[in-house]
Amino acid sequence: MRILVAMSGGVDSSVVAARLLEEGHEVVGATLQLYDSRGAAKKGACCAGQDIRDARAVADRLGFPHYVIDAERRFQDSVIERFADAYAAGETPVPCVACNQGVKFTDLLGLAKEIGADAMATGHYVRRVEGPQGAELHRPVDETRDQSWFLFATTRDQLDFLRFPLGDMPDKAAVRREAERYGLVVAGKPDSQDLCFVSDGSYVDLVERMHPEMAGPGEIVDQSGHVVGAHEGVMRFTVGQSKRLGNAARLHGERQMVVGVEPGRKRVIIGPRAHAFVSSLSVRDVNWLLDPPAEGLVCKVQMRAREEPRTARVVPTHDGATVLLDEPAMPAPGQACVFYQGSRILGGGFIRRTDQQATA
Amino acid sequence: MNDKTDDRAKDFSQPVYLDANATEPLRPQARAAMLEAADLTGNPSSVHHAGRRARAVLEEARNTVAHRLGVAPLNCVFTSGGTEANVLAMHGLGQGRRFLVGRTEHDAVRKGVPDGADRAWLEVDSHGQVRLDLLEAALSAPGAPAFVCLMLANNETGVLHPMAEVARLCRQYGAHLHVDAVQAAGRMAVNVEELGADSLACSGHKMGGPKGAGALLLRGPAPRPLAPVFEGGGQEQGRRGGTQPLPAIAGLAAALCDALDNPRDLAPLRNRLEQAAQATGALVCGAGAPRLGNTASLVLPGRRAQGQLMRLDLDGLCVSAGSACSSGKVAFSHVLEAMGLGEQAGQAIRVSLPWNVREADVERFVQSYARMAAGAGLALAQ
Repeated sequence: MRILVAMSGGVDSSVVAARLLEEGHEVVGATLQLYDSRGAAKKGACCAGQDIRDARAVADRLGFPHYVIDAERRFQDSVIERFADAYAAGETPVPCVACNQGVKFTDLLGLAKEIGADAMATGHYVRRVEGPQGAELHRPVDETRDQSWFLFATTRDQLDFLRFPLGDMPDKAAVRREAERYGLVVAGKPDSQDLCFVSDGSYVDLVERMHPEMAGPGEIVDQSGHVVGAHEGVMRFTVGQSKRLGNAARLHGERQMVVGVEPGRKRVIIGPRAHAFVSSLSVRDVNWLLDPPAEGLVCKVQMRAREEPRTARVVPTHDGATVLLDEPAMPAPGQACVFYQGSRILGGGFIRRTDQQATA
Repeated sequence: MNDKTDDRAKDFSQPVYLDANATEPLRPQARAAMLEAADLTGNPSSVHHAGRRARAVLEEARNTVAHRLGVAPLNCVFTSGGTEANVLAMHGLGQGRRFLVGRTEHDAVRKGVPDGADRAWLEVDSHGQVRLDLLEAALSAPGAPAFVCLMLANNETGVLHPMAEVARLCRQYGAHLHVDAVQAAGRMAVNVEELGADSLACSGHKMGGPKGAGALLLRGPAPRPLAPVFEGGGQEQGRRGGTQPLPAIAGLAAALCDALDNPRDLAPLRNRLEQAAQATGALVCGAGAPRLGNTASLVLPGRRAQGQLMRLDLDGLCVSAGSACSSGKVAFSHVLEAMGLGEQAGQAIRVSLPWNVREADVERFVQSYARMAAGAGLALAQ
C-alpha cells in the first residue's frame, strides 16, 4: 500500500520509513516545517532546519519521495498561541496533544488522504491493535518510551488510518540497531524533546512575550484571598507545586502547595497540602475510543505525563465526563486525564478548573 | 516531435517534465557549445594564445546575445544568472532613484532593492497586469526620478505586462525602466530597443541553456557605465568582476539562437490542457490577459497546492506551485494574492511546457489531473 510517513528527521520515524519500505510498501515521506528554520531553533528539538535536511537525506538514501509541508501558520495558531492562552487562563497545557491532534493527525493525515495514501505512519511509541470493535490504542512494549498519554485525543477515524510500527520495539537500542542496519545517518542522533518550539529551554519567556500582562511579580494568597507572600511571576507556578513559595511554604504549621493560579490578577493561590486533594474532577473535550456505557466504567486514570495510573470511575456527561477517584489526587487544570484499561486507552479529556482553584 | 515513434510517452515509469519555468531541458545545441567551450583551457582575460582563444568564444557569445536581444555588444554584461542580472541593474543603475516595483515580480527583484532605498509597490489588476493609472500616479509623484522594475512575462502565470505603454510612461517621466525578461527571453520576441527598456535581465537555463550564466543588457551607447556589485579583476568592462564561466555563457548563446531560430508555438497544447482542466472544475489564472504560450496557472478550488503537487509528482508529473522555496516547502503565491485570488492563491499549481514537450506528455497530465480532481480529499484545515 501507499503509506505516508510523518518524518521528523529523527531516528524513530526514519526507521519507520525504512521498515515499511523493506516490507514492500510504497513509502512517501513528509516533514512538517513548524517554524521558520532560519530562526533560533532549540538543539535536539524536532523539525528545525537540520531535521528537514536529515529527513530528506534518509529519503534520498533509501530512494523514496519526500516532501516538506509548510505548517508554520497552523502551528503558530493551533499550538503555540493556544499554549500561551491556556497559561493565561490559569491552566497548565499539553501542547504536544494539541499538535498531534491538529497539525499531525488532522492536517497531515488529510494530506495523506488527498494524495491517495492508504495509511499514515509515525514514529510514536504506542501500539495500534486490531480489536473486535476496530482499531485500539495501547501502550507500547517499551514502557520507558510510552507516548500513549500524549495521543489520547486521536479519534477512532484517525486511528483507523494510522500505523505505529515502533510500538512493538523492545527498547530504543533496538531502534538504533535497526537504523544502523539500514545505514541511516541519523542512527546516533539524540532524542528530540517535548516543547520543540521553545528555544532556550524555558517556556516562561515565550508566554510572557505573548501575554505581557502576565509578566512581573505578584501576590501569593491563601484561599480566602489573604496575602501571605510574593512571587516573581505566575508563569513559574503550576497546581500541585510546593517549590518557590518562600516563607509561605508552611503556614500555621501546615505544608502548603499551589492550588490555583489567577494570571489576570497575577495571583498564586495556595492551600494546605493536606486539604488540597480532590476525589472528583470534571474533564472537557473528551475523546472516547469505545462507546462508553451511560453508567460509566471503572478504569485507571493518568493525569500527568509521568505518573502511576490510579483507579477511578469515569461517568460520561453532556459536556465531557466526571472522574471519581478512589483515592484523592491533585489534578492540574489543562492537563490531560487519560482513561486506561490495562495497556489500552479507552479515552481521555482535559482537566477543568475546580472551584477551590480560584479565590472566593 | 513524433509521438508514434517515441515510447517515452507510454512508459509510465518515466517522469513527464512540465516545469519549464523552473528550468528548461538542455537544448542539444547548447550542450554541444558547452562541451566545446569546456575544453578551452584559457582565461578570457589572459593575453596569451590560450586566453585569446577563450576570449574569442566569449566575445562571439556576447555579439550573438547582444545582437539577438537588440543592444550593442559591449552593453551585454554576463552574470551568473537572472537573479544577479536583476540585482546588478538595481544596484548599479538605481542610485539616487526611487524604486517602483511590480507586486508580482520574482523574489530576485522584490528582494533585490538596495537597502535603504525608497521603494513602493506597483499594484496589478485581477488579470495580473500592472495598473497603468497607478503607475502614472507613482511616476508623477514628487521626488527623485523613478527606477521601475516590471517583468516582461510572469513566472507563475505567464501574464505579460502592457510593456509598450509602460515604456512610454517611463520615458515621459524620465524614469529608468528595468525589465526582468528571464521567462520571456527565448520564448517570445525580445528586443531591448523596441521594448523601450533601459535595462533587461535574462537567464541561460530558462532558454534551454545551462544553469550558471545570465546577462544584463543595457540600452544606449556602449559601453554604458554601470557600478559593479563586485569589482574583482575588472571583467565585463569593469562592470562585473570574476572570471567568466565560458561553457555556461557559450551554452546560453547557443540556446538563445536555437530558441529564436526554431520557435514553437506551445499555446495550442497549453490551451488544450487548460480546457481539459477547466472541465474538471479548475480555474485558469490570468486567462484574461496576453500570456506566454507555455504557461498555465490552474486553481483547483478547495485543494491545497501542496497536496496537488505531491499527488501529481507521485503520478510521475513534474509541475510546481509558484516559485519554489529553497527548503522545498510550498509557499503561498504572492503573485496570485496580488491578483486578488485570496485563499485560492494557495490552491494553484503551475504547468509550464518545455520546448521539447510532446502531445502525449500533455495527455498524461490531463488524465492524472482529472483523476486528482475527481479523487478524495478536500481535507482543508479549519
